[in-house]
Amino acid sequence: MESKKFLELLCNSNGVSGYEDNLKNIIIDNFKTYCDDIEVDKLGNIIGLKKGASAENNPKIMLAAHMDEIGLMVKDIEENGFLRFTNIGGIDPRTILGQEVIVHGKKDLFGVIGSKPPHLQDEEERDKAITIEDMIIDVGFPKDKLEKFISVGDTITINRRLLNLKNDRMAGKALDDRAGIVSLLECLKELHKTNHEPDVYVVATVQEEVGMAGAFTSSYKINPDIGIAVDVGFGTTPELNNSNSIELGKGAGITLGGNIHPTLREKLICIANEYNISHQLEITPGATGTDARAMQITREGIPSLVISIPLRYMHTSVEVVDIVDIKNTGKLLAFFINAISNENLEGLLCY
Amino acid sequence: MLLKKLTEASGVSGNEKEVRELIISEIKDHVDSIKVDRIGNIIAYKKGVNNSKTLMIAAHMDEVGLLIKDIDSSGLLKFIPVGGIDKRILVSKPVLIGKDKVPGVIGAKPIHLQKKSEWTKALEIDDLYIDIGATSKEDAEKYVKVGDYVCFYSQYTEFGDNLVKAKALDNRVGCSILIDLIKKVNDINFYGVFTVMEEVGLIGAGPAAYEVNPDISIVLEGTLCYDIPKLDSHLVPTYLGMGPAISLIDRTTIFDATLREKIIDISKKNNIPCQYRKTSMGGNDSGKIHTNRKGSLTTTISVPCRYIHSPTSVMSLEDYNNTYKLVNAVLLEFKKGEL
Repeated sequence: MESKKFLELLCNSNGVSGYEDNLKNIIIDNFKTYCDDIEVDKLGNIIGLKKGASAENNPKIMLAAHMDEIGLMVKDIEENGFLRFTNIGGIDPRTILGQEVIVHGKKDLFGVIGSKPPHLQDEEERDKAITIEDMIIDVGFPKDKLEKFISVGDTITINRRLLNLKNDRMAGKALDDRAGIVSLLECLKELHKTNHEPDVYVVATVQEEVGMAGAFTSSYKINPDIGIAVDVGFGTTPELNNSNSIELGKGAGITLGGNIHPTLREKLICIANEYNISHQLEITPGATGTDARAMQITREGIPSLVISIPLRYMHTSVEVVDIVDIKNTGKLLAFFINAISNENLEGLLCY
Repeated sequence: MLLKKLTEASGVSGNEKEVRELIISEIKDHVDSIKVDRIGNIIAYKKGVNNSKTLMIAAHMDEVGLLIKDIDSSGLLKFIPVGGIDKRILVSKPVLIGKDKVPGVIGAKPIHLQKKSEWTKALEIDDLYIDIGATSKEDAEKYVKVGDYVCFYSQYTEFGDNLVKAKALDNRVGCSILIDLIKKVNDINFYGVFTVMEEVGLIGAGPAAYEVNPDISIVLEGTLCYDIPKLDSHLVPTYLGMGPAISLIDRTTIFDATLREKIIDISKKNNIPCQYRKTSMGGNDSGKIHTNRKGSLTTTISVPCRYIHSPTSVMSLEDYNNTYKLVNAVLLEFKKGEL
């Protein structure tokens, strides 16, 4: 499937952390064309294997991108049918006021997150950030009708279709990290044209947003020589410091810092330069908030890398990415994988 | 569907052209005269058989929105609000810009990078901007310009128990009812007036009323509804699903009590549910209409709308139908000379 189409399909689907099941078929259908084997583990991680050149003893590289998204959950149903809710993952309450939502009950119900009209607010109220406790979800049914479809614990997502902006840029929800999933597909497509030596495990992980549960279990199972997390990085906007962010349209961010294996990272930058693949640097001194954090401390430790796709307005429902960055990320991954062999692996893993 | 077309059209105050043209195309074959006055109001007249007082039914066409005021070097658009918008409602929303309806989004700083002190404050309009995917100021200027109007990107959606979500229900709902009346009521004299720029200070209504010089005016509106849980009933301006709301008082008008009582009687007689609009907040075209020239009697009949002035306003189709029925019944009384 063409990347833009795949991204649209993924972002228009829903899968809050722990409830990623809806995404399974879309991802498997697209990965399996290029994989020799594909399975779903106990937590729901989708693990595709694209075998390397030899029948055995190939280096093992794991690529992880998380498929879950942040969202909301029904906490209570009021007497008049309004829903009270809580958040799953890092949600800024200020970004959900006045949003359309889908409540995923026995059947999907449309609703809106209610707000007080400006006419009835006092001055002080207007300058304060709204809290989740001050909001309600209105699905337009009285309680008795509602209870046939909705229960406490149902997940809720923002109702947002992926929107095409100018210059191949797209806006929507859950681009963090469905953009990463698309770059994995791009990488598979590139690898398909080559005779790569490593066995490549492409993993769509679950529950990254709530503590990387999927990355822990899948990297334990695969036990790769190299683990690469493909996630999103803070895209530059006026309110962000340039040194804290990476620019849209200027290629993947290669992360530097303690979570990253230094020799492998140097190799990755060499490859990007050698093949003229646009890239930029992203600095994170300690643990990254990505699946690579889990990989690094799995089993006896796994050398890891992080590649970040620049993304603006992270964790809002209008995240913005440039499709060119997603494609470049896939390409960089594929060229890197092609440069890894049993011959150079040991040297690359040295400190 | 008419209300879908009306709410999805763009008509920010001062830029009502698209809505005006839509309304004219809907009503032109059903009126005896129609004109657009010098400031953009539509003034239509239907001739009937009764020959009594002059009745004017008015609904404003405009909606709240934004106006582009600057394009920065990276191609992001700064804006100012047009009309009463809660700045907090703008964050993380898609919008449409200008005549070509260029899509854009209003983003926010990632929660990961916010200081704790930022969490408790609402984002100021000056902190916000629209991203259309442009890569520079020059690139953005290919698609948009300073002075372009911006409306919320929100589709008409029916949901729940006979409810509708849309932007601009205030006041396309009034426009829609007035259009329905113009199409269906045939033997009663009345003026149907669609005004401009109500949201920025009741601008259109004065000149329209001057022109029509009514004895009685009915203002049709979408009004405040805030019936959330655990709110004392005296703080609830209107309830959704309990019928049209009749205004008592607002910031611009003390509504004529005799006319109001007649309307309540008409609703009772015809078994149409109705409620009072129990807040003095807000205001509407009536403020300019009732004091125009030598003055006239006015009433406001409104469809309750939750989350008004947001991209996700909600109303009940039942309230819509009952509002239509009530105004229709009032017209029949007017025909008999009973108003």
